[in-house]
Amino acid sequence: MSSVSKGPTVTTAETSTATSDQRPEAPGATPVTGTARVKRGMAEMLKGGVIMDVVTPEQAKIAEDAGAVAVMALERVPADIRAQGGVARMSDPDLIDGIIEAVSIPVMAKARIGHFVEAQVLQALGVDYIDESEVLTPADYTNHIDKWQFTVPFVCGATNLGEALRRITEGAAMIRSKGEAGTGDVSNATTHMRKIRAEIRRLQTMSHDELYVAAKELQAPYELVAEVAELGKLPVVLFTAGGIATPADAAMMMQLGAEGVFVGSGIFKSGDPAKRAEAIVKATTFYDDPDVIAKVSRGLGEAMVGINVDEIPEPHRLAERGW
Amino acid sequence: MSAAQPVIGVLALQGDVREHLVALAECDVLARPVRRAEELAEVHGLVLPGGESTTMSRLLATFELLDPLRARLAEGMPAYGSCAGMILLANKVLDGRPDQHQLGALNVVVRRNAFGRQVDSFEADLDFTGIEGDPVHAVFIRAPWVESADTGVEVLATVPDTPAAGEAAGRIVAVRQGPVLATAFHPELTGDGRVHRLFVQTVRAA
Repeated sequence: MSSVSKGPTVTTAETSTATSDQRPEAPGATPVTGTARVKRGMAEMLKGGVIMDVVTPEQAKIAEDAGAVAVMALERVPADIRAQGGVARMSDPDLIDGIIEAVSIPVMAKARIGHFVEAQVLQALGVDYIDESEVLTPADYTNHIDKWQFTVPFVCGATNLGEALRRITEGAAMIRSKGEAGTGDVSNATTHMRKIRAEIRRLQTMSHDELYVAAKELQAPYELVAEVAELGKLPVVLFTAGGIATPADAAMMMQLGAEGVFVGSGIFKSGDPAKRAEAIVKATTFYDDPDVIAKVSRGLGEAMVGINVDEIPEPHRLAERGW
Repeated sequence: MSAAQPVIGVLALQGDVREHLVALAECDVLARPVRRAEELAEVHGLVLPGGESTTMSRLLATFELLDPLRARLAEGMPAYGSCAGMILLANKVLDGRPDQHQLGALNVVVRRNAFGRQVDSFEADLDFTGIEGDPVHAVFIRAPWVESADTGVEVLATVPDTPAAGEAAGRIVAVRQGPVLATAFHPELTGDGRVHRLFVQTVRAA
């Protein structure tokens, strides 16, 4: 990638003494990058928006034109990964560079679960967010990536609150409910979002001493569990993903408590991607206004051909990956 | 503005709307999300939040808010923009999309994503004209800076001129022009209500 960072650099002891620069070093004025606040804050800025899976720079442009808040660069959309099988990996760096060059909105990219070197490569390429994703074939069936080691923030999938909190403990700065990617079947997205939200509500009803047991059951640190009980929400932004194919799907997920929407195969596997993409963006903003959703849902052409999650044998379900 | 509790809207097309609503609610004002022209007509001031300026620009046009908002700003409605909000309020944006709509409420040229990509996002303390006490802790996320400001635009904060700041040293990151305030950073993310209180004072005085 040719672009050079124009941002400030973190001062280290060596650089500050080796320079001949005579300007004063004001304490606190030294810029610090890669903090939890800038990582989580980046996701806050995406709220109310739609993040779209794209496989080419052309698709990225269509997504940006339609009002996407970010694009997710990957080699094959989940529907194709499902259809073609084989090992799904991080995208070709040339492809990611091409997408970064094509759009001005943030570019995310997927790394395999546990594949910390793919994540290092994506950070070096300058992507704005890494999705440690179950849609790709896991690289490690025991450990996820230690996301605290990176300057770039991570989003991770979760099917329930415990899984979300374990990812946050590992350094995830954003969570998306997993759903079942590449199906166009929204049922798992609703199941996972309802589950996460219900478990948060349950924590809120508990007395202080009960939270210790809740932490044990959720297999998550007590401090984080107590924080969620206090806030009534995750300490990071919660998006939805996996099976969203229509404006009404997106609006329903927002009404169920999602703070934004990932759309994978739903756009570029449909009859008129540009129009559908724009309609999903509008429905996400006006998720609580059925008149707007009705208006934008007209004349969108064919939705992606769906697969019922029930018909997919369990070993082939992507949501089961990650723990 | 004479009402005891002014109504301040937060443009709620996309972005960190909730954080601005929370910050405003602590300033003894009525804070409301604004997505429709009718809702815009009812507010005494408007916050344009952080988010994606290209997305917000597009949705402003689609939902017929662009002209009413320009009209309110031309009439002197106080406005505060953080990050993407600053980009929207500016006369001109560099490194934006050619079809991006500008509200033209600030006589400044803003450079989008000026500090770099997300890995370059940072936090630092800044001195802020008009805010007493400790420096303001500023969170910059894929932030813009003000490339140039016309006379009549008051510069309220710049990136500290230190070696560590690199090319960003001395760049303008907070401005005011009459009732319009803008910051390249996000005071709504730190729990420090002073920038919001400064804006509320402007709304009360208008």
